[in-house]
Amino acid sequence: MFNLVKIAARNLRRYKRRSLLTVSLIAFGVVFVLVFVAVTASIKDFMIAQITDSYLGDLQIHRGGYVASIESLPLNLNLPPEGVSSIEKVLSGAKEIESYSERIKFGALFSNFMETTNIRINGVYPEKEFATCPQMLSRISEGEKSVRALERGKILVPKLLAQGFGAKVGDTVVVVATNKDGSVNGKTFLVSGILESATGPGGRDGYINIEDAREILRISGKEVSEIAVSVKSLGQVEEVAQSIRGGLGLGEKKQKGGGIEVHTWSQLSPFANIANMIDLMTYFIKLMLIAIVLISILNVMIMAVYERVREIGTIAAIGTLPRKILSLFLVEGFCLGLTGAVVGVFFGLGIILVLNLSKITFNFGQATGLILAPTIAPKEVIIASLMVIVVSVLASLQPAYKASRMEPIEALRHI
Amino acid sequence: MSLVVAQTLTKTYATDSVQVKALQEVSFDIAAGSFLAFVGPSGSGKTTLLNLIGCLDKPTSGNLEVAGVDIIQLGRRQAAEFRGQNIGFIFQSFNLISVLTAFENVEYPLVMVQERPLVERRSRVLKLLKAVGMLEQKNQMPEQLSGGQKQRVAIARALVTEPKLVLADEPTANLDHETAYMILRLMKQMRDNFGTTFIFSTHDTRIIGEAEIVCTLEDGRLVQREERGKANVQSSEDRRAKLTAL
Repeated sequence: MFNLVKIAARNLRRYKRRSLLTVSLIAFGVVFVLVFVAVTASIKDFMIAQITDSYLGDLQIHRGGYVASIESLPLNLNLPPEGVSSIEKVLSGAKEIESYSERIKFGALFSNFMETTNIRINGVYPEKEFATCPQMLSRISEGEKSVRALERGKILVPKLLAQGFGAKVGDTVVVVATNKDGSVNGKTFLVSGILESATGPGGRDGYINIEDAREILRISGKEVSEIAVSVKSLGQVEEVAQSIRGGLGLGEKKQKGGGIEVHTWSQLSPFANIANMIDLMTYFIKLMLIAIVLISILNVMIMAVYERVREIGTIAAIGTLPRKILSLFLVEGFCLGLTGAVVGVFFGLGIILVLNLSKITFNFGQATGLILAPTIAPKEVIIASLMVIVVSVLASLQPAYKASRMEPIEALRHI
Repeated sequence: MSLVVAQTLTKTYATDSVQVKALQEVSFDIAAGSFLAFVGPSGSGKTTLLNLIGCLDKPTSGNLEVAGVDIIQLGRRQAAEFRGQNIGFIFQSFNLISVLTAFENVEYPLVMVQERPLVERRSRVLKLLKAVGMLEQKNQMPEQLSGGQKQRVAIARALVTEPKLVLADEPTANLDHETAYMILRLMKQMRDNFGTTFIFSTHDTRIIGEAEIVCTLEDGRLVQREERGKANVQSSEDRRAKLTAL
């Protein structure tokens, strides 16, 4: 094998300029893929984190049918107290779960005593909510940025509504809602803070303490609309969702048919489609890399075989078996691919490091001045490298096969 | 004992409309240890005959045995294996592998064909390079060698596998007269040392005198066989003993 590599390396050095060009092309492709994957993955992860850590949670648990009619925030589809207890038991026993937050969600009228509009109210346990959605605190643009913002009698008003109503921190407002029995109730609140939307202008979600929500809706017991769950690692979301479903005794049928539903963030947020598009783009970029490697290696190996016909004839004449001739050219392709991959990984990781050191900023939604911090998983580097090497060998296969099938007598006659 | 036995060998090349008879019912036998030249003008069938003996091509009809093997029956892979074990080649244009040094060129058949261990390879290559007077140039690339030196390396490469037969197609065609003589004498010396049968083709009348048997071909027919000296036949054991003694 060593001799094959030695001869292959010498042959590649024989055509220095061509080999360098091919290696450069492959390396450029690898660099492009690595940097693209690193940047898009970091932006995607950041965006997902913005959504899940700001308001959604990594996954949510609802009563069956609630998500389908979530726009009307149906109180009659709240999780019953006994259901909440059994869910809490499962969640408390799961090691992968960072925290969870029960929420009562309902539609209400919001009034500053002069004007009235509708609002979506989230009644939450402040400590649990801020633990499950840690970036929510950073969304409070004015007022108290602590759990005290959601003490009883206080409300966090969405920015859009506050601007429209001219509501300021310290103002008194009224929230009026109808409970599931149809009776109307209201409660005055002190505006404790203005809440930025997570994904840009818009959003009508206000937050109050869960006990105030129960008081307005005259709910006794632990009944809630949803339970938002934060997991320790975003990559484990699907596994954790499955384990919760298992813990709650939910099969696929029950998941669809009623009872309790467990949804991951990607099933709840339209941003999942954008994330999927980013993944799709990454696949296309990888496909481009494959095309670059395939074409450049195929081209260089076809040339190599064409230029060395007499040499192939000579080594075949002196008894080199066809499979050895095949190996010679495959190893050449392998060496080209390996060199391109190594050079590409070296420069790719270097550029990612430089991007990190440069601290390039970007904006997402209301968040501005976010620092681009591209990172790439070792798995991605290994996949890109292996892809290049495997494609290089595959691209060499046809020219190598052609070389191995040459009749020595005809090859020796070649001028 | 005959190393090569050919009976009524015929080789016809067919083009679109014309059939060219390169060899017509050629019969001969060559004893082991011979130093034989096929001579004749261009197109007389010398190269075709060497290609047939070297298992590089198959006759249209006739029988051909080399070292007791009916080589016409050999498949592609078997023919390659047979060549690797039994036949050494010397080419008109030397055909050294340009990316390998003189040492590595001689070593190549031992590595890629016979897969011999490193120590054995080294000792055999050095002995052969010494025998052909190229030890000092062992680390030079082919492009750094003169034509005569390249052919010396090619002779060493042909002999390094201890073949029964070395085929040389116009080995002196690209060399000046003096070097051509030197190469022929070296080949003869190698035959004397190792007992290897040398068959070469030439149309250079100046060096034909070096051959011990001269077979003349004309228009694909063997028209004359002239024996000028007795072949120094050696057993394979003698050959190995000579190699070891070098």
